Amino acid sequence: MINKLYASVADALAGVPDGATVMTGGFGGAGMPNELIDGLIEQGARDLVIVNNNAGNGEQGLAALLKAGRVRKIICSFPRQADSHHFDSLYRAGKLELELVPQGNLAERIRAAGAGVGAFFTPTGYGTDLAKGKETREINGRMYVLEYPIHADVALIKAERGDRWGNLTYRKAARNFGPIMATAAKCTIAQVFETVELGALDPEVVVTPGIFVKRVVKVARQGAMEAA
Amino acid sequence: MSYIRRTRDEMAARVARDIPEGAYVNLGIGLPTLVANHLPRGREIFLHSENGILGMGPAPAKGEEDWDLINAGKQPVTLLPGGAFFHHADSFAMMRGGHLDICVLGAFQVAVNGDLANWSTGAPDAIPAVGGAMDLAVGAKSTYVMMEHQTKAGESKIVERCSYPLTGVGCVKRVYTDLATLAIGPHGVTALDWVDGLQFDELVRISGVPLREP
Repeated sequence: MINKLYASVADALAGVPDGATVMTGGFGGAGMPNELIDGLIEQGARDLVIVNNNAGNGEQGLAALLKAGRVRKIICSFPRQADSHHFDSLYRAGKLELELVPQGNLAERIRAAGAGVGAFFTPTGYGTDLAKGKETREINGRMYVLEYPIHADVALIKAERGDRWGNLTYRKAARNFGPIMATAAKCTIAQVFETVELGALDPEVVVTPGIFVKRVVKVARQGAMEAA
Repeated sequence: MSYIRRTRDEMAARVARDIPEGAYVNLGIGLPTLVANHLPRGREIFLHSENGILGMGPAPAKGEEDWDLINAGKQPVTLLPGGAFFHHADSFAMMRGGHLDICVLGAFQVAVNGDLANWSTGAPDAIPAVGGAMDLAVGAKSTYVMMEHQTKAGESKIVERCSYPLTGVGCVKRVYTDLATLAIGPHGVTALDWVDGLQFDELVRISGVPLREP
């Protein structure tokens, strides 16, 4: 019997190696897999490359992972936030490498990895500092920049419901990077608030089919959902 | 003759006037967000938020916030009946693929050829952050900028060439400022309207670049 449901966050994170590229879902607080990130801190993998839209804020989640010194490099679109002080100080001290990517290019590079696309030409960023040194091409009178996919060893994502085959649904704008990151990693680990029997998820509304998901772990919903 | 600058709300109302029924629109963070408050009632306009929302509604009542339902500025919002959620690659395909009609962005500088600088001042010690600015700048069918006409030091933000790092090349079609509405086209910048009491010659002098009369 196929069972992708794991009993605990620690079990679900077993085997994440040092040096892994880890995608973490979320845009701001929505869709941020905080329990899995906390679990990754416990698990102890170091020298990580993190792919996320932001670079953590406050003291929780990604910020705590950065503070713990586990991250070598971060690939993101918007590291600077009002309370991103752990990123800020590590970056200024030269202890953290940053690859800054326009948000849509970040999303498409992740999508391309999951879809088996070798590279793609995008108009975004053409003529800017973020396209410096990159191959460009004129196609039908418009200028494009060549961008390569971002593959990951592990994706940590937050979904709403999951079943033992790994099918997932999401909640509102917390969906954001989850579905594409799930496709781009060798091992996608999803935290869900509810696990359900096979067949309980309406197949018409499954957003991430189980083929993209290796492990599912149920976590408790915090009382009131909070910002970040 | 003296003139009074448009307030931020008057600027927003001026932008809102140019957004037609049925338009798919992304309002950037900051000043452009105000435009939502001035869209005429009864005109159906689809607001897009790049984190994955179409049919975005106003802020919820206090106590009704849902932190899974936030806008690109990470503030709680609501969803209108008929609204939809989608993932990030689809959201940016809506821009890059030319499906979004209008985006309204803030800016540090706009050049007479439509170049936009709005993501970085290039200060050496600044932490860089770009978000969706570059995608929005080149993605929508029409990119509008909403900004003060001059810096606090009195320098024009309409320039021959941007001195700040570019966000997009030749992408801006219109600029809405506290003094005027400008259209950028292949033949340069045309002033469409300007505040009462301001003479056209004075507007040109303040702008520091050639302007055409409508």
